Amino acid sequence: MDHLRRLIGAALLGAALLAQAAEGPVPPPAIGKAEISSSTTDHSKLEALKGPFKTGPEVTKACLSCHNTAGHQVMKSIHWTWETKSPTTGKTLGKKWAANNFCGSPLSNETRCTSCHAGYGWTDKNFDFTNQDNVDCLACHDTTGTYKKFGPDGGHPLYADREFEPMEGPPGKKLFKAPDLTKIAQHVGQPGRANCGACHFNGGGGDAVKHGDLDSSLKNPSRELDVHMAKDGANMVCADCHTFNAHQPSGSRYAATAKDKHGFDLPKDDHNHATCESCHGFTPHKEAKINNHTDKVACQTCHIPEFARGGIATKLLWDWSTAGKMGPDGKPLFIKDDHGHLKYSAAKGDFKYGENVRPEYKWYNGIVHPVTITDKIDDSKVLELNRVEGSASDPNARIWPFKVMRGKQAYDTENKTLVVNHVFGDDDTALWKHYDYAKSIKAGMEYAGLPYSGKFGFIETQMNWFITHMVAPKEKAVPCQECHTRAADGRLSAITDIYLPGRDSNQLVDLFGGLAIAGAIGGGLLHGIVRILSRRKENAK
Amino acid sequence: MSERIYIYKRYERFWHWSQALLIIVMMITGFEVHGSYLLLGFKKAVQLHSLAAWTLLTLWAFTIFWQFTTGEWRQYLPSLKNVGAMIKYYTVGIFTNAPHPFHKTVSQKHNPLQRLAYLALLAFISPLIWGTGIFYLFYGDWARLGIDQSLSLETVAVLHTLGAYMITAFFFIHVYLTTTGHTVFAHIKAMITGWEEVDEKH
Repeated sequence: MDHLRRLIGAALLGAALLAQAAEGPVPPPAIGKAEISSSTTDHSKLEALKGPFKTGPEVTKACLSCHNTAGHQVMKSIHWTWETKSPTTGKTLGKKWAANNFCGSPLSNETRCTSCHAGYGWTDKNFDFTNQDNVDCLACHDTTGTYKKFGPDGGHPLYADREFEPMEGPPGKKLFKAPDLTKIAQHVGQPGRANCGACHFNGGGGDAVKHGDLDSSLKNPSRELDVHMAKDGANMVCADCHTFNAHQPSGSRYAATAKDKHGFDLPKDDHNHATCESCHGFTPHKEAKINNHTDKVACQTCHIPEFARGGIATKLLWDWSTAGKMGPDGKPLFIKDDHGHLKYSAAKGDFKYGENVRPEYKWYNGIVHPVTITDKIDDSKVLELNRVEGSASDPNARIWPFKVMRGKQAYDTENKTLVVNHVFGDDDTALWKHYDYAKSIKAGMEYAGLPYSGKFGFIETQMNWFITHMVAPKEKAVPCQECHTRAADGRLSAITDIYLPGRDSNQLVDLFGGLAIAGAIGGGLLHGIVRILSRRKENAK
Repeated sequence: MSERIYIYKRYERFWHWSQALLIIVMMITGFEVHGSYLLLGFKKAVQLHSLAAWTLLTLWAFTIFWQFTTGEWRQYLPSLKNVGAMIKYYTVGIFTNAPHPFHKTVSQKHNPLQRLAYLALLAFISPLIWGTGIFYLFYGDWARLGIDQSLSLETVAVLHTLGAYMITAFFFIHVYLTTTGHTVFAHIKAMITGWEEVDEKH
């Protein structure tokens, strides 16, 4: 094992040294992208990319004229289908089906939601998922940092400059510039942090909103914030862990590896690095006592002490039930807090935010039970939208950190299902236009073709987002006594089905032991005092 | 009149005091691991506790060898003879300045009560602490050894704690009893220098 580790270390070091030939001693071996491209193709010199390109699909056609299998690879990926089968439960999931307590369902809101789709033109349910010209290559492969899909345009970027007033922004129109597609097409390359981040940092409708451990601070993080992605850390990009095989990403939330049993990922293996063990192995610590934890405690639990550490707050609560309030001017109300975050939006309701948030901890064996829009729900209690499975006795489960997102969202009080809420659009039913739930839910359910009783209410929901990014340097790992403590606010106070040294004890033994020690000390003192007193008497005689 | 006898040999004194230090370290760190207080931090406490345990085990390996090669192990053979007299001394005689019923010699350095106490320590408390302690130390290997299903950390830890309470109680009684020599510090002095003043045989 040790030999193997040394061998891999040496190989990595060798590769890094070669890549940085003769630049003198450089701190830790940089596994990430070298600043100087080592690509064998200069795309700016290619005939096919001369352009000029007026639209996204035109660029895609040009890309596919050489990369002639890329389109079909992408069309199999979840980035395109927004649909996947859970490998553990067999349930059909993905953005299309799984419910969440952020924006809700993309159904009937496609034009807005698909600004994060790896394609062009998904504006309604008739989108052609088989046309490879609709694949968006640039979202992932732009290296200029200037490509941007425009919010309300169904996955397209702007093709001409446009004046636009964002719903929750300051009043008044703002000019949005169209990106230079030709220049971008000529400067494509491997995806960097900003490419993935354009969508994954902005999930839930804005920077840091959804995940808590993914936000724009990771574009250029300090070592403190993310030891892997920091320039003075390992300088890695997302795809160094989330390795892609034929455009299929690894490390999906819907198919998580709660406990890696494979360990080091070698060239002969499956090129899936999306676990800590892929690079760090099973025994990464010098001390055996700490390695002993890896069986039951996920690496993330100790190595990500808090999430939202990059100075950008994440949403912790979203209460849709209060949406629709108008200000004294009769216009929709938007209120910002002292930090400039919207704390109330007429379109979306009330929000709560948090920075440097301590995660909640739960057993997790990789099996999630997401509620889909069609599932019958129990409205007598808080609805957990994606219960994670696991317990101390489950050999596949480990204790994982989670951001628990809390909220209140609309549901059908008769049929007991969640609902599709039609929020976005220029029509006469969209919530964000008319602020009328009765209309927007009815329209959403009709569009989705789902049964709706016409009666709606709001149900309290919570959702588990496991925390796996923003890994801190080892010296910032959670100190042992934050779990091994009797304090009521110990990190693992919710994990009650294990014996945790330092927290748990046997009351009878403690009582007996306490009495024994008190008896020993008290007995000695008493005996001694009597001795002193009786001696005095003797001496006085 | 009294005479001086050389009662604790050099190795014996080294053993006693290094063992005392290690046990004190293990009591302090052990009860921190138990969660009784926060002093060094859990990690340091565990590290120090384990280090002290391994050191004491090594010390014991040498000591057992010493006990057998020197024949000193016989000092721990129990005898019920005169136990009654010892109990009477500690409960009555000591207060009335009665003479100590036990005459310490080089070949009999422990009084009958001491012999019983040390035997209890060796036969009951030590195996309890060491047995559970070794399992605790090697918790990470339980699965490999195939004992993870039949043994629970809770059982091991609770029994270990029980042993810890008992040795701690023993420690305090032991320390108190060192003051019962002919002067308060006579016994401690003997354990440092090796020489003890004993009454001449009457």
